[in-house]
Amino acid sequence: MRLQYPPDIRIIQVPCTGKVDIIHLLMAFEEGADGVFVAGCLEGDCHFREGNLHAKKRVKRVKEILDKVGLGGDRVEMYNLSAGQGGRFAEIAREMTARILSLGPSPIRIAKGLIARPGAQAAGAEGEVAA
Amino acid sequence: MIKAVGKPIEEIISMVQDFPKLLIAGCDGCVTVCEAGGLKEVKVLASALRLHFTQAGTHKQIDETSLTRQCDKEYLAQLRDSIDGYDAVVSLACGVGAQFVADMYTKKVVFPGVNTSFMGATEERGWYVERCQGCGQCILAETGGVCPIARCSKRMLNGPCGGSEGGKCEIAPDIPCGWELIYERLKTLGQLDRFEKPVTPKDWTTSRDGGVRKILREDLRI
Repeated sequence: MRLQYPPDIRIIQVPCTGKVDIIHLLMAFEEGADGVFVAGCLEGDCHFREGNLHAKKRVKRVKEILDKVGLGGDRVEMYNLSAGQGGRFAEIAREMTARILSLGPSPIRIAKGLIARPGAQAAGAEGEVAA
Repeated sequence: MIKAVGKPIEEIISMVQDFPKLLIAGCDGCVTVCEAGGLKEVKVLASALRLHFTQAGTHKQIDETSLTRQCDKEYLAQLRDSIDGYDAVVSLACGVGAQFVADMYTKKVVFPGVNTSFMGATEERGWYVERCQGCGQCILAETGGVCPIARCSKRMLNGPCGGSEGGKCEIAPDIPCGWELIYERLKTLGQLDRFEKPVTPKDWTTSRDGGVRKILREDLRI
């Protein structure tokens, strides 16, 4: 399967999305990520029973925080797919990248001077994937 | 233990916006257990504040720490060397800890980062319930180990009242009637005769009567 998906995604592997905490997602934004998506196993299929359901709640909480601090909750999302759904992963990566491109680069990158000005450069998305 | 909930982030942002150097100070005691003000919550709040002020173009120094307990002077003293480097402290300890920071560092602006709620227990992670109101005169021995002060909405000493229906309080259908709980407990213990004896009027002078309460233990004082 030679599936194509946008190259500006950095994959961070974790044993289970249950390991992903609120602070991990916030730190990604502090480091300048334009967006983050958490790719967990299908609901009901977690090897550790409820890891992906915990991740879902944490992503929801991060959305609330991002809305309140001015970055916007749309920059983070939770997806559920199985390890056998490579095609779906590529589709999600394209979908999330399109969303982030429409939102524009992270205000954090702009404020830190990592990019010259809004809209001057295509924004990338960062992803986290559970094994 | 003391139970608390984090203040809304927008409230904290409005409190600290005029202070360039902030210390977010957690407490490793009760508020860590109820996940409102431990080191983890300190890191999340500090990160959220940094995101807010950075995207707003405001430079702030926001540092993080957590003390073993903020309600003990020996642990608070650990801030002595560093606290002058900050314009304000956001304390994620309970109201007791936050006040103790203000007591010890009188020239430092101290903001509360949590709303201290009650003395309670952990039913489950994320589900905390009040169990004691600190009335200063414990009567659990007479009520089967169920406190009517904390668990009866009217704090009745001879309940239940007419608002008890199907074991629930008239206040809300999800609140058990404290006196129904007492009755069932005494029945289980075979002590219903206690339930039949009216409880004598309670001495409330040990509660909020007379202002700030204190405990003086000469056997412990150094």
